[in-house]
Amino acid sequence: MLQATDVWFGYHQPRIFTDLHGSQPRIFTDQHGSQPRIFTDQHGSQPRIFTDLHGSYRAVLRGITLAVPANGFVGILGPNGAGKTTLLRVLAGTRQPQRGTVTFDGTPLTRLSRAALARRMAVVPQETHLAFDYTVAEVTMMGRYPHLGAFEIEGPEDIAIVEETLASTGTLDLKDRPFSTLSGGEKQRVIIAAALAQLHAGHASQPPSPHPGVLLLDEPTASLDLGYQLEVAALLKQLHDAGRVAIVISTHDLGLAGTLCESLTLIRDGAIVASGPTDEVLTPENVRKVYGVEADVMRHPSGQRVVVPVRQSGTREVP
Amino acid sequence: MTLARRFARTLIGFGALTIATLLVAPLVGPTAINLRRVFDFSVPFRDNTDAQIFFVARLPRTLAGACVGALFAAAGVVFQGLLRNPLATPFTLGVSTGAALGAVLAITFNWSVGFAGISAVPVAAFAGSLVAVVIVYALAQARHRGLSTTVLLLAGVTMNAFFSALVLFVQYFASFADTYRTLRWLMGDLDVSSYQPILAALPTTVAAFLIFAWLARPLNLLSLGPDSAESRGLDVTRAQRAAFFSASLATGAAVSIGGPIGFVGIIIPHLVRLIVGPDHRLVLPAATLFGAAFLVGCDLVARTILAPVELPVGIITALIGGPFFLWLLIRRP
Repeated sequence: MLQATDVWFGYHQPRIFTDLHGSQPRIFTDQHGSQPRIFTDQHGSQPRIFTDLHGSYRAVLRGITLAVPANGFVGILGPNGAGKTTLLRVLAGTRQPQRGTVTFDGTPLTRLSRAALARRMAVVPQETHLAFDYTVAEVTMMGRYPHLGAFEIEGPEDIAIVEETLASTGTLDLKDRPFSTLSGGEKQRVIIAAALAQLHAGHASQPPSPHPGVLLLDEPTASLDLGYQLEVAALLKQLHDAGRVAIVISTHDLGLAGTLCESLTLIRDGAIVASGPTDEVLTPENVRKVYGVEADVMRHPSGQRVVVPVRQSGTREVP
Repeated sequence: MTLARRFARTLIGFGALTIATLLVAPLVGPTAINLRRVFDFSVPFRDNTDAQIFFVARLPRTLAGACVGALFAAAGVVFQGLLRNPLATPFTLGVSTGAALGAVLAITFNWSVGFAGISAVPVAAFAGSLVAVVIVYALAQARHRGLSTTVLLLAGVTMNAFFSALVLFVQYFASFADTYRTLRWLMGDLDVSSYQPILAALPTTVAAFLIFAWLARPLNLLSLGPDSAESRGLDVTRAQRAAFFSASLATGAAVSIGGPIGFVGIIIPHLVRLIVGPDHRLVLPAATLFGAAFLVGCDLVARTILAPVELPVGIITALIGGPFFLWLLIRRP
């Protein structure tokens, strides 16, 4: 299970920083919203007070709490600039939150080595542009990086894993093609294959890890056309249903999220607006709150959820 | 074919080319020499003209060419990987212009104090390259937690221009003789006529290549982009720092021996990628070997084409490199 607890992230240090020695718990105040909020943190040994009174500190994430079950499929939705990408980076451990903790199967990310974390969690970005003309097999093999020593050359097992993951994403026949010549959908499937190769513990590993790895995807379909969007969505659903990965996906596509995800977290201005099972979260009220759009949420006869944006409501609520 | 076999084939193929070039180059020149007489130690060295030509003129020159070619080619590979730009060169980030400033100062103000038996110009050139490296690094580091390659590139290009201005400024006050020496230095020449500059550059060279060996796999990952590389388990900032400093020091060492010999650092990596593919674990050793062979070969042409006049090798590499660069630009759709 991947868990983010009261995660705060911002770009500048607060202008006023006080460090009071005493017996109180840590206190963090934030005055960006309409009402000042005070968060206390009792984890630290040294009690401190951080105050930000001048707005020099742009809090991108404000006390986000999120849990990804071991076999979950979680969607993160929100308008541009809401902090979705930052949240994914914090979850991936590539950005350290100023406050709060992210734990993976009970261990704080900060206590896991980069390689140990990379073996359990992989990231799929929106787009991948390579600086050099690697083949599909070479790109996928890069997923094996955290499994090899500094000067170790990949062995037959790594090659088998790469072929296996390429096959499971339907890209094995592209193996020797230059990555740059693929279509957008093919590229995403290859990058997902590389992520799966990264999460693959190896055939000889014993005991096999009790939980599948986590795949973090940052708007993986945003730059794809309709056909490729469905292609990638179907692949993600298949991987998840086979129990191979837990998935966290950020997206602007409400229909895609509504159809794929078991639970959703809606964020705006770095704070959670709604969080819970997809049925309860994907409602017209929440869509209006987050996007300022009057929308109908319907069930299509195929069983998929459809969100029909009707008009701008002009009442985007300030959190 | 597995990587291990491709690696072996790459080493054998390019290694054979390099060894052949190194064996042939010292024997060819305007004056014919006889190998048997070169190694005839019954004649005192003083009277053995063949041995003098071989050991004093041609062998150090060949070794200098191999060393400089290997350094420039490998540094080019590393800079291209670091900046994620196949058109980057060892001179893109201002290292060579910093070295040029050092060399020009040493020539113009006639610094005679060398270091450990090496003359002042290579020492000043290496010192100048270090100054440039430190300034560019400090600029790229200033406003970022990690190393921003965009800022690195901008800082490098800016420092290149600024150091060039300083070089011209110093030139303005130089005598004609010094200006001529400076110009010769800027053309890039391997006429070292001693082993001292090579020996002096050896520690830096060895250190740089050890770091390059470690960097091969990180450079592959960096080509995915820093975020993706980080999520694969790579410490991106550490890899970028290692790449920047090792490639800069390699460039500084090479420039201190031969001056800013252009185009080796871009022609060789591209040719090598066409042959072995983009995997840095193959590209780096192949470029190192091929770079050595290429520059020794170019110097052979420079020494013989207008004999007895010996052209600076930088003219030959530029004559090959210019059209090659154009071909690269047109070739890519």
